[in-house]
Amino acid sequence: MTQKTYAGVILEVNEEGYMIEKNQWTKEIATAIAQEENITLNNTHFAVIEFLRDKVSNGESLTIRAIGKSGIVDIKGFYALFPGAPLKLATRIGGLPKPVSCV
Amino acid sequence: MKKIIIVGAGTAGTMMANKLRKSLSKNEWEITILDKYKTHYYQPGFLFIPFGTYTQKDVTKQKDTFISKDVNLIYAEVERIDAAQNKVLLTNGDVYNYDFLVIATGCQTRPEETPGLKESNWYKNIFDFYTIEGAVALHEFFKNWQGGRLVMSITEIPYKCPVAPLEFVFLADAYFTKRGIRDKVEIIYTTPLAGAFTKPKCTTVLGKLLSEKNIKINPDFYIESVDSVNNIIHSYDGNEVAYDCLIVVPVNMGDEVIARSGLGDDLNYVPTDKNTLRSVAFENIFVLGDASNIPASKAGSVAHFASETLIGNMLDAINGQPLSHSFDGHANCYIETGFGKASLIDFNYETEPLPGKYPIPGVGPFSLLGNTWINHLGKLAFKTMYWEFLLKDRKLPVSNKMSMTGKNKD
Repeated sequence: MTQKTYAGVILEVNEEGYMIEKNQWTKEIATAIAQEENITLNNTHFAVIEFLRDKVSNGESLTIRAIGKSGIVDIKGFYALFPGAPLKLATRIGGLPKPVSCV
Repeated sequence: MKKIIIVGAGTAGTMMANKLRKSLSKNEWEITILDKYKTHYYQPGFLFIPFGTYTQKDVTKQKDTFISKDVNLIYAEVERIDAAQNKVLLTNGDVYNYDFLVIATGCQTRPEETPGLKESNWYKNIFDFYTIEGAVALHEFFKNWQGGRLVMSITEIPYKCPVAPLEFVFLADAYFTKRGIRDKVEIIYTTPLAGAFTKPKCTTVLGKLLSEKNIKINPDFYIESVDSVNNIIHSYDGNEVAYDCLIVVPVNMGDEVIARSGLGDDLNYVPTDKNTLRSVAFENIFVLGDASNIPASKAGSVAHFASETLIGNMLDAINGQPLSHSFDGHANCYIETGFGKASLIDFNYETEPLPGKYPIPGVGPFSLLGNTWINHLGKLAFKTMYWEFLLKDRKLPVSNKMSMTGKNKD
């Protein structure tokens, strides 16, 4: 575990750069983390992040498929917002843990 | 007379029926298990069918062989579970009431979820090996195949038996080597994961094996569609991989009855407390095996270890007590690596697969994350263990809780 400063706030992050405490997350922090990933956040990015944060708060698991059914973006659109590995990027920027997989 | 209904007589449902019957008085509790099919498949054996190691006969038995005669076994399809009314409605119009319900409806492959997959070349040069039909069709195809590009592709997470596609490519490497045409077969592995597996130490070991066997991995590849006319798979981010023979792990989803009953998430898995194994929504519903959404492998070993927790908690619930048993997510998988060797992993919710010895610390005989002949014998012997011990609820010499003893952290 290490400490990083985003938007002037000192945060605990794990070795892969994911925030430990999701309640410390703010939109400003998201913007700063996104800059590291060369992503400039717009309203659609934030709508997807809010959707993911709600799911996690409800104890639900995250899948790319679920985002495709969210009504915010389709899966191709999700890839366009967070290129390469959208779920990993969106959770990191959204202050959420890296999604657990099937193991 | 009080009633327990188990929906689904696969690995999880069968084990649970036998455990409950042993634990509850026949004068007080009636136990009914429902399933639409009479055949019980040894699903881990499907992997060996394409390579001719097992035949259909080796993996097929009748369900009633394994279920206590004091359990009502009914072959019928469930139309809907009415959880608010504690009723199970069958398609034939029959209605069963219950005091407690166990959902053990598993998960199934849904090739139709991926556009282009299940079209005219399905079972011609596109196969799955998660169904008996797919495994047998692939065996017939491989017998006459003279080589080309073989692509093993995982479409969606989670899927049954997370190591099976890796085992598949390891076994394919050995199979085509033995046939003398390995130099004519290019093997490519595509996965939506970032590497060969999800946990770091295991990914390193398996990634190294892939590279040693000249199997190329294409990570972070999430399939959008299959172009089965031009033999190309397309990913959502615009990449493509051409194939001559495509082997897929189709999208896995929970049973349709879960969707019809309004009990599932977007993949029809039942939201379940990962420790108590009770349904999040209904206090008298418990979920065992692949049907649940717990963050553990969808595998028989998980259902087996979880069943030990579940029986305790169901007895607590029946006695009106708080649920006192907690499942740790324990999973245990042999990984066939080809040429008569296998690896073995043992892990849970918190602990990733680590090297060491199993089940006796320091002794084994099995080597965790090793690649040995003894592990391979363990995998082969497991078929008998499954039919004769696990399903019939005879005691196996392993603990249901994962142990750190015998594991090396560094």
